[in-house]
Amino acid sequence: MKTPKINLITKANTTLNNKTGPWRTQKPVTDYNTCISCSTCAKICPEACIEMEQIKNYPKLKPVTDYDYCKGCALCVHECPVKAIKMVDDY
Amino acid sequence: MTTNMENKKQILEGSQAIAAVVNNINPAVISAYPITPQTHIVEKLAKLKANGEANYEYVRAESEFAAASIILGASATGVRVYSATSSQGLLLMSEVVFNIAGMRLPIVMTCANRAVSAPINIWNDQSDVMAIRDAGWIHLFAENNQEAVDLHILAYKIAEKLKLPVMVNVDGFILTHAFEPVIIPDAKTIKKYLPEYKPATGTYLDPSNPVTLGAFFTPAHYFETRVDLHNDLIDSLKVIKKEYKNLLSVLGRKNRDNGLVEYFGPKNPETILVALGSVIGTIRETVKDDNKIGVLKIKTYRPFPADEVNKILLKAKNIAVIEKAISLGQAGPLYSDIKAGLPINKLNISNYIVGLGGRDVTQKMIKTIISNAKAHNNKTKFIGKI
Repeated sequence: MKTPKINLITKANTTLNNKTGPWRTQKPVTDYNTCISCSTCAKICPEACIEMEQIKNYPKLKPVTDYDYCKGCALCVHECPVKAIKMVDDY
Repeated sequence: MTTNMENKKQILEGSQAIAAVVNNINPAVISAYPITPQTHIVEKLAKLKANGEANYEYVRAESEFAAASIILGASATGVRVYSATSSQGLLLMSEVVFNIAGMRLPIVMTCANRAVSAPINIWNDQSDVMAIRDAGWIHLFAENNQEAVDLHILAYKIAEKLKLPVMVNVDGFILTHAFEPVIIPDAKTIKKYLPEYKPATGTYLDPSNPVTLGAFFTPAHYFETRVDLHNDLIDSLKVIKKEYKNLLSVLGRKNRDNGLVEYFGPKNPETILVALGSVIGTIRETVKDDNKIGVLKIKTYRPFPADEVNKILLKAKNIAVIEKAISLGQAGPLYSDIKAGLPINKLNISNYIVGLGGRDVTQKMIKTIISNAKAHNNKTKFIGKI
């Protein structure tokens, strides 16, 4: 058999090699001074690309968006209870 | 089952014969949803399992979409699988049918060919398979029940060798419900030709060697996967030919054709009739005493054996392509395939659509087609009534 030139069998977890961030045209930007650290955005992100992390100068954990995978769906913007996230043009 | 009758000629219903040979091929997982006219095949396979005469897992499914997904998943774990369907069932499976081909899973499935709704009709034609002919499967067509039995063994061999799925098409009722003399090769004979399926480590789902199958492909690679699948299908023509020859020698049968096409008739025919499946039997009987008419049976429809077909057709003046399907708004699919491969304006080639929704195809119709084909028409005609 001639083996297929493209290997269809991929290593587990390699989907992360496909960065989906460039699909977006706008990106969410979080204002940490307005943010109340409720972590709603991290919980509802459909790409699971928002992590709550320790940021310098802020006593509480703050959401950090991984722009390699954020597709710009703006669900975090919609759900944020204090409107701390805004979409800005990203092209 | 009837172990003492194996390797001997017996009278069996087509469906029973297919079920018997599938059991002897020894798949690990079978999943299917019953649909007329395929029902007897899976009913028999379920019964064999219930009676303790089979080794496979028989997974009952809630629909054909589920049945196809179950065999896809089972095949991805590296085992031999089987399913069968018809008509609406095949259409419900169609998304999975494309996935199976794209994932290069060596699945074999029987399609008991039946008309497609609406209006609802349970009888034979080949519209169902024609709807998914471009999915990337190899499509084999059986003329009679013995051929159906043999083609299932061949199907597993080429599927597992090339990692390409194979559909064995048998005309619903005309073959599935007809009793004919048939030899069912026993498991031992089959094993000589078709060894146990053992895919290489790292090519199937296995917790100790984790891999991803059916992964996401961006525009950077998807294009090439389609090129590979197309090229591998075209290349499979050689393998089908070779493996068919090997199969006949293991089974001790006479070589009537080469696994791709069969031509019978005079050396320099005036007219050649081309068809797929069981209607060849009617054509054979109609033209057996006519020394001007040749018949070309297409056994492997996808990949399309264009070179073999052309070699034969270019001997004749007139070609009549007789088929039980229509690409609505265009012509018969086989007619389009043949025309695409032939040198332009070389031949008088006409298209006759017959037998839709189980309409009987009579010898009288074949005779009408023969006389009509002599007129230079290059058109598609429906032959429904005489």
